[in-house]
Amino acid sequence: MSGMSPIVKTVTRWVSPFILAFGIYIALTGHLTPGGGFPGGVIIAGCFVLLTLAYGKEKVDGVFSLKSASVTDSLASLSFLCMGLLGYVFGRGFLNNFIQSGFPGKAFELLSGGNMPIINVAIGFKVGGSLFVVFAYLALFRAIEEE
Amino acid sequence: MVLIQIFLVFTIIAALIAVEAPSALSSIISLGAVGFGLSIAFLWLGAPDIAITQVVVEILTLVILIRATIGKGVTEIRGNESKTLLIGSLILFGLGSAFFANYLSAFPEFGKSAIDVFSETPSQFYLKFGLEKAGGANVVNDILLDFRAYDTLGEATVLFTAILGAITLLNKDVFFGEGGEK
Repeated sequence: MSGMSPIVKTVTRWVSPFILAFGIYIALTGHLTPGGGFPGGVIIAGCFVLLTLAYGKEKVDGVFSLKSASVTDSLASLSFLCMGLLGYVFGRGFLNNFIQSGFPGKAFELLSGGNMPIINVAIGFKVGGSLFVVFAYLALFRAIEEE
Repeated sequence: MVLIQIFLVFTIIAALIAVEAPSALSSIISLGAVGFGLSIAFLWLGAPDIAITQVVVEILTLVILIRATIGKGVTEIRGNESKTLLIGSLILFGLGSAFFANYLSAFPEFGKSAIDVFSETPSQFYLKFGLEKAGGANVVNDILLDFRAYDTLGEATVLFTAILGAITLLNKDVFFGEGGEK
């Protein structure tokens, strides 16, 4: 797998930052507009899948790899769990929305909803990382075995 | 309402093609058509959150599946369709629809929300107090991440565990050692 044609590479170079920004936007503003962590994470994973398919495995190996994706996945899962456990410390129980009850933000603004933006970002990274891992295992390793 | 029924018929036809298609690639592509038909149905019924998720997951699944299956022979399993199987499935279908008819009569009409039909539902509470108690403007995310956050945590755990299991099964080195049986 040495990547695709120069046309695909050029288009990917121009388009992929916008895809990544759109994924982050969808995950970050899930509590205000339609979207949320899950679709945002899938869009982020799609950006990396596009880069990997267009440039080939060897080229992107130093930038992002299977290991970094799985580390992202695990860290994001842990941070979601930690947000739940922090509810014991500052709030009334597990997964309690303690930021909202402590410092309620202004409605319809980015800093509102308490825990929700943080958990949304965590879910976004978790889904993005795990779907990239799935892609890497299903698509890349098979290709290596064939060669 | 006619347009959404056209889309639903399109989705059902695409699903039938996906089952009966001779090659894996055409099966996967018709599966993508099913997903897009469903996402348009969701959008039409007023659920943009689910529509976005459906479209995005559909695209990524299509890419992964095509990438994973392209250029590979597909093992086909074609058994003899016996008469007992047909009769049994017909009996099961009849029983299922007989039981389901009871439920369907209690549901609101297709495309109408349950809030208009039932007087006391949790969704009314969520719509009323979502912005006040959870603080998010998007009620869907209020429910997912505040009122029903346990559910989301369980969903994340399921995804994590499923991927862990799939990788363990796919990664043959775990079972057979380095350079083992391929």
